[in-house]
Amino acid sequence: MAEITVLAATGNAMVAEAFRQAAPDVLAAYPITPQTAIVENFAKYVADGRVHTEFVAVESEHSAMSACIGASAAGARVATATSSQGLALMYEELHIASGMRLPIVMANANRALSAPINIHGDHSDVMGARDTGWIILFAETAQEAYDNSVIAFRIAEHPQVQLPVMTTLDGFITTHAMERSELLDDTTVAAYVGAYTPEHPLLNGQTKAAHGMFASLGGTYFEIKKAERAAIDASMPHIKAAGEAWAAICGREFAPVDAWECEDADYILVVLGSAAGNARVVARELRAQGIKAGVARIRVYRPFPFEELAQVLAGARAVGILDRSDSFGAQYGPVGLDVRSALYGAGLLIPTRDYIYGLGGADVTLDVLRQAYGELQALAAGELDQSLSYLGTR
Amino acid sequence: MANIKQLSETRERLVGGHRLCGGCGASVAVRQVLLGAGADTEVVVGSATGCLEVSTTALPYSSWDTSFIHNAFENAAATISGVEAAYKGLKAAGKIAQDKIIKFVAFGGDGGTYDIGLQSLSGALERGHDFVYVCYDNNAYMNTGIQRSSATPHYSWATTAEVGAALPGKPQRRKDLTSIVAAHHIPYVAQASIGNWKDLVEKSEKAFNTPGPAFLNVLAPCPRGWRYTGEMTIEVARLAFKTKFWPLYEVADGVWSMKEVREKDLLPIEEFLRVQGRFKHLFEPENEHLRALLQAEVDEYYDYIRERCR
Ligand SMILES: Cc1ncc(C[n+]2csc(CCOP(=O)(O)OP(=O)(O)O)c2C)c(N)n1
Repeated sequence: MAEITVLAATGNAMVAEAFRQAAPDVLAAYPITPQTAIVENFAKYVADGRVHTEFVAVESEHSAMSACIGASAAGARVATATSSQGLALMYEELHIASGMRLPIVMANANRALSAPINIHGDHSDVMGARDTGWIILFAETAQEAYDNSVIAFRIAEHPQVQLPVMTTLDGFITTHAMERSELLDDTTVAAYVGAYTPEHPLLNGQTKAAHGMFASLGGTYFEIKKAERAAIDASMPHIKAAGEAWAAICGREFAPVDAWECEDADYILVVLGSAAGNARVVARELRAQGIKAGVARIRVYRPFPFEELAQVLAGARAVGILDRSDSFGAQYGPVGLDVRSALYGAGLLIPTRDYIYGLGGADVTLDVLRQAYGELQALAAGELDQSLSYLGTR
Repeated sequence: MANIKQLSETRERLVGGHRLCGGCGASVAVRQVLLGAGADTEVVVGSATGCLEVSTTALPYSSWDTSFIHNAFENAAATISGVEAAYKGLKAAGKIAQDKIIKFVAFGGDGGTYDIGLQSLSGALERGHDFVYVCYDNNAYMNTGIQRSSATPHYSWATTAEVGAALPGKPQRRKDLTSIVAAHHIPYVAQASIGNWKDLVEKSEKAFNTPGPAFLNVLAPCPRGWRYTGEMTIEVARLAFKTKFWPLYEVADGVWSMKEVREKDLLPIEEFLRVQGRFKHLFEPENEHLRALLQAEVDEYYDYIRERCR
């Protein structure tokens, strides 16, 4: 039986605990607000001798991911954490980690990107990484940041997956706010995560391994990239299996799309991360007034759960997508583009509106969410078009 | 150190069949360096993007009879530092036997080392990983077509330091990378050349046998980029030494020492410049003063190193 310790803990503290319990052989990281506490807490575990991990305090995020790639290719279990400019600085390496099929686990404290510089929570950083071949999980709470971070190792290292996993939590709102969180005991987590057996490590002494080879003209490159897509497409059942196995231990449900009161909903907001709670508060309020509102929260963002989402949204009269970043020049923000594509693919021509909200940590008040649900009613009634708009700004 | 006969019988870790040019200095540098690693020692090789990497790792083949990793252009040092950290972490986890010895070496060109990879190198040196970093310095970005780097000599031609009515080649002096690395106060730093194989293999042995970070800056002439024919590579490297263009020295535990050019071997810088097309314009009558300037610069650098070696 799992032993549970109830803590008042921040999301960062919970991610650090998950990393400690997964016991990576190498953790290479660089400080950046609002991720820093993850690395600081971990450095303390190292100093206290609570982990065997080789902690590499690198001189930049580019080197953090470079060292993680070297370590993972060598055959180590590897973790790191970053945020914002740090994730952007890693961009080149993110593609290399996935292209080399290295099961690195990285926590990202979701934060705005410069310019102008801003340290607060939004999804601009992680959305820039959405096409890099990483599996991407979004947490709503500190508890879920812990759960996702534990699950991440099991997904990444699964022999049929072998892809890096990014486990994300919203800057400050989730990284720094203290919440009631349950920590499972070390033995239970270690048993759940299991031992990692790399397939082609540089350091195995028997055969030689070659990583990061040159694939020029002639199709090998194309084939490898095609295989990479096949791998991430095929990862969804493994993600679900890992999530459900964890749910069976901790008692918290796992679904790629966390649907709240969507079965009979006329108006659904699609959301990622910490804003889901406020969306549910408003939806509950509307339901009390007889308006059928629902919330569909995407927990697994890559691979995109397009089938699950289309099922959840199928009965809605209007769908609003909350985008905490922009895809400048595109029709919608990144999540909006994904959601619309999922609807179209399922033959659902439900009217949608895309809402850019909360950039640079701007407050996501109940009022702005009331506004969004109000507009969805007008949209369903044909009184509004399907354009992109903004919540909570001039 | 083993004698030349023994070395010639030592197993090669960069094997034949790679696609580097005939006369390429980089391949000679790699082979000489790896001779210093010890015939029976397990070695993991890392390489930055560049001529060496693209020519030795074209799928589905590898020319490396070792475990090998390439990551990107600017991060060979950070990458090998991760491999070395994994070795320590896996030992701590009991997954690698305590008495197992593996050596780590990263190769980068001058572009990947003096320029874009300098930060990654500096970080890995400062952190004290147990590895050898080898810069094969061919004085330019050769893989992408002979663009200037901060290792390209003053007044040399390069495709981004053109020669014309307004400019006589590269307007800046070379960066003194070896001294920059020495300023990290790591256990072992050396400047070597493929023209002096014995000196190079000895330095490589020291680098591999020194715990902690070690750095070798190895002059590796490039026939394509320097504009001479391939059979002259070793001769050009020797001229670099004899004309003081490339002083051979080491800094072992903070002690500087130098292999001086014998008085009778000393040659003017012209002898090095003359055999290379990249300096052809310096032999136009109006550029005579530039040759004099170059002579002054190599003298100054040589004396500066000699002063530190006293
Ligand atoms: C970030 C990045 N910038 C530029 C390049 C293009 N590039 C590949 S190799 C190379 C030059 C390599 O020069 P050097 O390090 O001197 O090695 P050489 O080719 O001379 O062996 C360049 C510019 C790259 N691969 N990555």
